[in-house]
Amino acid sequence: MAPATGDSPAAVALEGVGRAYGERVALRDVTFALPEGATVAVFGANGAGKTTLLRILATLLRPHAGTATVLGALLPREAWKARGRLGLLGHEPLLYRDLSARENLRYHARLHRVEPARADALLERVGLAARADDPVRTLSRGMAQRAAICRAVLHEPALLLLDEPLANLDPGGAAAVAPLIGSGTRVLISHDVEQGLAEADWVLGLRAGRQALWAPRPQVTVADVRGLYA
Amino acid sequence: MRGAVGAVIRKDLRLEARAFESVPAMLMFSISTFVLFHFGLDRGELEGDLAAGVLWVTLLLAAVLGMNRLFVAEQEQGGFDGFLLAPVDRTAMFVAKATVLFAFLVAVELVAVPAFALLLLGPGAGQALPELVAVLLLADAGIAVVGTLVGALGVQTRARELLVPLLALPLLVPVVIGASEASAPLFAAAGADPLPGRWLAVLALYDAVFALLAYAVFDFLLED
Repeated sequence: MAPATGDSPAAVALEGVGRAYGERVALRDVTFALPEGATVAVFGANGAGKTTLLRILATLLRPHAGTATVLGALLPREAWKARGRLGLLGHEPLLYRDLSARENLRYHARLHRVEPARADALLERVGLAARADDPVRTLSRGMAQRAAICRAVLHEPALLLLDEPLANLDPGGAAAVAPLIGSGTRVLISHDVEQGLAEADWVLGLRAGRQALWAPRPQVTVADVRGLYA
Repeated sequence: MRGAVGAVIRKDLRLEARAFESVPAMLMFSISTFVLFHFGLDRGELEGDLAAGVLWVTLLLAAVLGMNRLFVAEQEQGGFDGFLLAPVDRTAMFVAKATVLFAFLVAVELVAVPAFALLLLGPGAGQALPELVAVLLLADAGIAVVGTLVGALGVQTRARELLVPLLALPLLVPVVIGASEASAPLFAAAGADPLPGRWLAVLALYDAVFALLAYAVFDFLLED
C-alpha cells in the first residue's frame, strides 16, 4: 500500500511503479500518494528518474510495472480521463518556434476548449503582452518560459506537473508567474533545495531510479535532500 | 473532434506560410524533374502512358518530401506532447495532417501540372484538364492518407528520411498504377479519350481502404 498521507483523497497514487527504456531501468518501485491540494517536491541527481516520473504522471509514458492513478484515472487504461486536467511544464516549452506566443496559446486554447481571451489575459499577467505577437524563436529563454507557463495553466488544470518552473526567469518573471503556479496540487521537480522545500508539503527523493525518500516536509532536512545528490 | 482538426490545420498552414518548408520544396522538385525529363528524353512532346508515368512518378516523389516534413514540428518542438495532453480524440491529428498534406499536394499541382503541360505535352493538352482534375483529387487523397500514416511512423525513428520513402513508395504503387492508367487516355496523341471509370473506382477503393486502416491504427502510432 502507498504510505498514508492524511485524510484528503489522493490526487496521485503510485504503487510499485517502474519504467525502463530498453534494458535500462529508469524508475523502479516508486510508491507514494499525494493528497489533493498538496505539493510534492521531487529531488534527485541527473538521471535519477525525475523526468520519467513526470512523464508517467502526464500520461505521456506508460508505466511498465506497478499501478499509477492520477486524478482518479488508472494509467494507462483510463489516461483519457485525466488528459485535459493536467498541466505539464517540462524541459521543453511545447511551443512552436515559428508561431507567436499568442498563436501558440490560442492553438492550445482551441484544443482545450478554452476561450481565446484567456490566452490574451495570461500573456498580460506574465508581462508578455508587448512581445505576444513575435515568433517564439525570437524570445529570450525567460520569455519563452513565461509563455510555456501560460500554456501549462491555460485550461486551469487540477494537477500541475512542473519541472524547474523558474528556470531562466529573472526575479520579475518569477514574481509574475508565481500566482499562476504557486498553489493547487503540484508535483514540483527542483534542484534548488531550499526553494523546493519551501514550497513542499511532501518530499520525494529519487536515487538512480529508486525511491530513496518519501516524507512529510517537516520531517525532512536540507541535509537529507543534499544527501540525494552525494 | 471538428474543433481540434480545425485547430491543427490552421496551425499547420500558418507554420507553412511562415517557414515555407514543404510546398516550395515539393514544387521546385516537380518542376526540376519535368525540366530534366524534357531534356533527358529529348522529345518535344510526350503522350499516352509515357506522359502519365512521368507525371505521376514525379508527383509521388515530390509528395514524399512533404511526408518527411509533415510531423517534424510535432516531434522537434513538442507538438505531439501538447496535443496528447489535450482532451481530444487522437484521430483528429490524423485527419488534420492528411488534410494538410492533401492541401499541399493540390497547391503544388496548381503550378506543377501546367508546367508539365507546357514542358512535356503538345498543344491542346488543356482539353483534358477537367477529367485530369478528378484523377488528381482521387490520387492525392490516397497519397495524403498513406503519407500521413507513414510520416507519423517515420518521424519517431532516427532514419526518418530513409524510412518514409521505403515504406511509402511500395504502399503507393497501386496509386501510381491507377492514376497512370486513368490519365493515360487523357494524354493520347489523337486527342483526349474518355476517362476510364474503372481506374477511378480503383483509386476510390484504395482511398477508402487505407483511410479505414489509418483510422484504426493511427492511435497506436502516437502511443508511447
